[in-house]
Amino acid sequence: MNESPASSSETPMVRFERVSKRYGALTVLDQLDLDVASGEKVAIIGPSGSGKTTVLRVLMALERIDDGVIHIDGEPLTHMPQGDSLVPADARHLRKMRGHIGMVFQHFNLFPHMSAVQNCMEAPISVLGLGKEEAHARAAELLTMVGLADKLDHHPAQLSGGQQQRVAIARALAMRPRVMLFDEVTSALDPELCGEVLNVIRELGSAHQLTMLMVTHQMGFAREFADRVCFFDAGRIAEQGSPEELFGNPQHERTRQFLRAVMEAI
Amino acid sequence: MPANRTGSAGTSPTGSSPAAGALAAAAILGFAGGLVVSSFAGFRDFLPELLRGAAVTVQVAAGGSLVAVAMALLATAARLYAPLPLRWLAVAYVELFRGTSALVQLFWLFFVLPMFGISLSPMTAGIAALGLNIGAYGSEVMRGAIEAVPRSQWEAASALSLGRFRTLRRVILPQAFVTMIPPWGNLFIELLKATSLVSLITLSDLAFKAQQLNQTTLRTVEIFGIVLLIYLALSLLVTLAMRALEHRAGRRLLRGKETG
Amino acid sequence: MNAHWDWHYVHEILPILGEAALITLQATLLGFALALVIGLVLAVCRMAANPLVRHAAAAVVEFIRSTPLLIQIFFLYYGLPEFGLALDAMLAGLIAIGLHYGAYCAEVYRAGIDNVPRGQWEAAAALNLSPQATFRRIILPQAIPPIVPALGNYLVALFKETPLLSAIGVLELMQTAKILGSESFQYTEPITLVGLYFLVFSLLSSGLIRLLERRLGVRAASRS
Ligand SMILES: Nc1ncnc2c1ncn2[C@@H]1O[C@H](COP(=O)(O)OP(=O)(O)OP(=O)(O)O)[C@@H](O)[C@H]1O
Ligand SMILES: [Mg+2]
Repeated sequence: MNESPASSSETPMVRFERVSKRYGALTVLDQLDLDVASGEKVAIIGPSGSGKTTVLRVLMALERIDDGVIHIDGEPLTHMPQGDSLVPADARHLRKMRGHIGMVFQHFNLFPHMSAVQNCMEAPISVLGLGKEEAHARAAELLTMVGLADKLDHHPAQLSGGQQQRVAIARALAMRPRVMLFDEVTSALDPELCGEVLNVIRELGSAHQLTMLMVTHQMGFAREFADRVCFFDAGRIAEQGSPEELFGNPQHERTRQFLRAVMEAI
Repeated sequence: MPANRTGSAGTSPTGSSPAAGALAAAAILGFAGGLVVSSFAGFRDFLPELLRGAAVTVQVAAGGSLVAVAMALLATAARLYAPLPLRWLAVAYVELFRGTSALVQLFWLFFVLPMFGISLSPMTAGIAALGLNIGAYGSEVMRGAIEAVPRSQWEAASALSLGRFRTLRRVILPQAFVTMIPPWGNLFIELLKATSLVSLITLSDLAFKAQQLNQTTLRTVEIFGIVLLIYLALSLLVTLAMRALEHRAGRRLLRGKETG
Repeated sequence: MNAHWDWHYVHEILPILGEAALITLQATLLGFALALVIGLVLAVCRMAANPLVRHAAAAVVEFIRSTPLLIQIFFLYYGLPEFGLALDAMLAGLIAIGLHYGAYCAEVYRAGIDNVPRGQWEAAAALNLSPQATFRRIILPQAIPPIVPALGNYLVALFKETPLLSAIGVLELMQTAKILGSESFQYTEPITLVGLYFLVFSLLSSGLIRLLERRLGVRAASRS
């Protein structure tokens, strides 16, 4: 893990190219450019409503974009080549590209009618065509990795928030994504449960060559974990840099304001 | 006959009353169907006869609605405020008429009552049976609406030392009235649809005329097509009328809230 | 006049009515099974991406719900032969009942599906599940349990409307009772017995549904 993950010679794993997203008259992403190198961990911070969640959602192809192109590992995600030009992706192309990406939600969104292990087996069986045993083995291994070896057959309602979120992480990992998206994954948790989830993410970061984008309000974790921090404001990246640069010596007034406000809140 | 369509586990008021879009779509469908049907040559021959039947249908529906509202009021009042034996009677009425089939009730009034020396004309039997049937469901609707008025309203009224009856009449019922309009709208449509049953006791309503014409002319699709459209039109009228009523009552209640 | 209750006659007709009761039960269950399927199809069409399909489904639901089941039964029984599809009375009646209650069930399904949180759809999309798998494996299993009581109410309602099949001569309870009555000129016993049969079954099933409702604790959830 010694080579610089942000080395610009190789194709970026994720590339936003002048991406715009609007809801009616409201522009939520404003010609956003963002490159994330393979294996890079990017933390996204910024005030409420600045478009952080939207960045992850358009990357997961849960929302369509209005302008620009998103690439995954050099291949267009939001578009597909047709002849010489790019046309908006159809459902099949989106499904193919989604396979590279996994997402963990603020509110877990576990399937309440399935046990933890079933949550992790459903997509591998249905999408990847894994056999039941193989899927179970993979699910059990991942649940063990997130510290839930003894909860395989528990249903979400029988698990604490922190445990549920760890199941959600295992569920996303079971699809072997190359990019993982985390949207404020600890915001819905009691403070004492955040640690166990953050530990799992930490472990993932050190053990896997996984590209990660995470929206977070936990500045301490962003500082310690991320290779790069992006400060979002009004649908653009107002400032970005290494955690030391951004937290230690913010260049922009908006960034300073935001960090001051966040620090005061603690 | 009608389901517990307005009962506790039924669909929500908005879910069960037709959405404006669906209404419009049904109207368009009806109009298109009307065009197709009216292009058939026999259309003019059938229509006057069917309209005469429709007049009977409307009569039964109107009479049934009056009986239904009256029965619902009586039964609700008895269930909520009458002494015990009367209360039991009201409960028995509601359960009996909700628990058995409308057609069975109609046949019972028409075929069995004469055995006890009470002979009803088909029209009377039809109005009575449908009114009693829908009235039982209507009583459930009324009770639900009255019980849905917050307790605090009773408490506020008693703090003003309003009597129980006065509270009911001046405070509770006006509020309950608004919430029970949509479910009553559904009940009136159920009643309208159920009027077709009277054709089975020889009353010459729309459904009866349809069958009669069908047997003499054998132009089944056209005849029943037109008849379905007439029923659709009547249902739409009921829906629109109840909408208008809901709108007016809702506005009055809101205005009352502003000034009060 | 013939107002007394003739136990001897009751004894005589009970077995005949018992057999007819089985037909009624059969019609109820088959009709409801059909309604459940048709309702689901209509509900899915009402949520289709294609606006034409969506509006057409809404119009069909509204049309069916706004017109009498009896006419729909006549239409199918007498009308379908004109299209070269002659069905026997029971089958035509079952299809009419299935369509009619399917339209009602469609609304219930829709409420149930609408009540599944959006996050469930999104989680399924993020896991790349196909639309079919999402619907079948994720959404429906969550949408159905809360609406079981509402569907149950329609089962009872459908049950009480099966006597309409007598209008096209299906030998269910009501038709049998009418024939018995006209043969003996004693209507009191057969029609009252039929009434009792419906009363007992409706009360029983309503009680069951109420129990189920309490068990599920979903009264609030079934409202959207
Ligand atoms: N479906 C939608 N329809 C309309 N507006 C939306 C929709 N989703 C999001 N928005 C708006 O887009 C803007 C950006 O939303 P987004 O969720 O990306 O913000 P965020 O940075 O994640 O904020 P937070 O920190 O509160 O989660 C907000 O103003 C929001 O109100
Ligand atoms: Mg957000």
